[in-house]
Amino acid sequence: MALAVGCRARPGKSRDNKTGSWRVFKPVFDHDKCSKCGMCQTLCPEGCVHEDTEGFFDPDYNYCKGCGICAAECPKEAIAMKQEEK
Amino acid sequence: MMEITEGSHAVAEAVRLCRPQVVSAYPITPQTHIVEALADFVANGKLDAEYITVENELSALSACVGASAAGSRAYSATTSQGLMLMAEVVFNAAGMRLPIVMSIANRAMGAPLSIWNDMQDSISLRDAGWLHFYAEDNQEATDLHFLAFKVAEDPSVQLPVFVCFDGFILSHTYEPVDILTQEQADTFLPAFAPAEKLDAKDPISFGMYATPEYYLEFRYETNEAQKRAKDAIVKYGKEFGALFGRDYSAMIEEYRLDDADTAIVAMGSMCGTIKDAIDEMREEGKKVGLLRIRVFRPFPIEEVAKALAHVKRIAVLDKNVSLGSRGGATAIEVRDALYGSTIPVKGYILGLGGRDIRKKDIKEIVSLCEKGIGDQFYGLRKELI
Amino acid sequence: MKELRIHGRGGQGSVTAAELIAVAAFEGGAYAQAFPAFGVERRGAPVQAFVRFDNKKIRKRSQVYEPDYIIVQDSTLIKDVNVFLGVKPGGIVIVNTEKKPDFKVPEGVRLITIDATSIALKALGLPITNTTLMGAFAAASGEIQFGALENALKHRFPGELAVKNIAAAKTAYDSVKGAA
Repeated sequence: MALAVGCRARPGKSRDNKTGSWRVFKPVFDHDKCSKCGMCQTLCPEGCVHEDTEGFFDPDYNYCKGCGICAAECPKEAIAMKQEEK
Repeated sequence: MMEITEGSHAVAEAVRLCRPQVVSAYPITPQTHIVEALADFVANGKLDAEYITVENELSALSACVGASAAGSRAYSATTSQGLMLMAEVVFNAAGMRLPIVMSIANRAMGAPLSIWNDMQDSISLRDAGWLHFYAEDNQEATDLHFLAFKVAEDPSVQLPVFVCFDGFILSHTYEPVDILTQEQADTFLPAFAPAEKLDAKDPISFGMYATPEYYLEFRYETNEAQKRAKDAIVKYGKEFGALFGRDYSAMIEEYRLDDADTAIVAMGSMCGTIKDAIDEMREEGKKVGLLRIRVFRPFPIEEVAKALAHVKRIAVLDKNVSLGSRGGATAIEVRDALYGSTIPVKGYILGLGGRDIRKKDIKEIVSLCEKGIGDQFYGLRKELI
Repeated sequence: MKELRIHGRGGQGSVTAAELIAVAAFEGGAYAQAFPAFGVERRGAPVQAFVRFDNKKIRKRSQVYEPDYIIVQDSTLIKDVNVFLGVKPGGIVIVNTEKKPDFKVPEGVRLITIDATSIALKALGLPITNTTLMGAFAAASGEIQFGALENALKHRFPGELAVKNIAAAKTAYDSVKGAA
């Protein structure tokens, strides 16, 4: 049977569903203004903001839905929401 | 060893011998003696299990779902209103394909409040995906627990089981029962070895959501598992018989049915009284036989159709009623099994809410069936209606 | 098959009596079945319990309507409930009363009266008459041996309590045997 008995699933299944295409506005992170507080990562409902080796943050546009929470909460106003060109 | 004991205690002993690792239940009459005894066993070190006390039945079965998904053999017991409070989890347990075994000391549903016996409780949850076993006496009520775990845990089945026996009529009756030794029980029922289980080191989720593209197929597969359960019941019922002399491979029992003109179809403890009534009717020259249904889910459609093919008329006795339909659940199933046949099937609703069923009632029903009268409540007190 | 119906009031131990009589009968090699009239568990309310005896498996599950034996634990029940209903001709009725009977049992039925309350009070210090009447039943019916009854009581009650209950049962047993 192709289906898993009892609808059982291994973790990570949601990675198959790339939600980036839903986006109308795209968050653009300005590392010059960033204080590395990590609020964007903490509050991202999609869990798609990742920290790089220097401690700066960037979203994974494969999954970012463009909700804008990171931009609204950023204490340094280092995230700008720009309309996606489709 | 043969001993004389109360039905509830015999069932509790059988459950202990099945070595459940988690027991979670909420006491409700007439099931109480079972869970009291199990709590004693755990407290006194006679059963190495977690006994999870909970605030209600919803939590009791939920605890069992978690325990079973985590790879434990899990057991609960309930009846009536308690079962209804569990209803949501009853469906989930089957959908997650968890081999939980639950004793149902069958009791009527309120309102009006009734603590007495009928089968409305478990029958009302016949579509949830659980297997349904119905015992005639306390020997069977005891033995069916071993079979239940064995069938439930078979990789081809992976479904939970209701082991049903009439509340009070069986649960509170002292009679001789042969209870297996631990060694015998272990021979038949080895430790639970689930294919998949909750494990933090190797994460997995149970019962994830299914969109319309998938849900139908999950229900289909659960139904297929019900069908496969028939093979498992035959296989393990036979194995039990070979080991201990009591064969439960047949989903139906036929009593003096071979040459019968009138067949009675029934489930549970009333079948004992029916057998005595049949013996007396036979002495009076009436060719009456009984088809007892031991496994109601999966329903033995072909077996029932075959066993009844030769009779002239059928009286189906139901201790439940599907309100707003032509009768009780068993009658509806039997008609379905015989679809296309010209044998008249008459249903009789009786014994609801603890109304006693006597031999003379069985004889009266056979007379009514011979006259073609049926599809009715039997034994109504005319002065009350 | 022989059938026994016990009438009592909640708290007098009718259900226990039925169970222990069945246990004793089973020890004697019989197939026995014991069960209560379900549900009425209030102290003082009229209750019934039943026992069946046979030399083969008992399948019947209905209540007992035509008993061979009747035990009445409390004679005041006779006014409230038709305790003798359905008793078979040749049957035995055992009634706990200290008085001369002011009631009649059906034709052809043997009546045994016994002051079980006094016996129980003396032996146990409590007016719980079930074990006393079990002794009377063993003597009157022959369905159970006194030794088996003694074992059943020892199994059910701890130490001293078993001894007292056995003494109560023995007094009644000897009294009925002596009168026969």
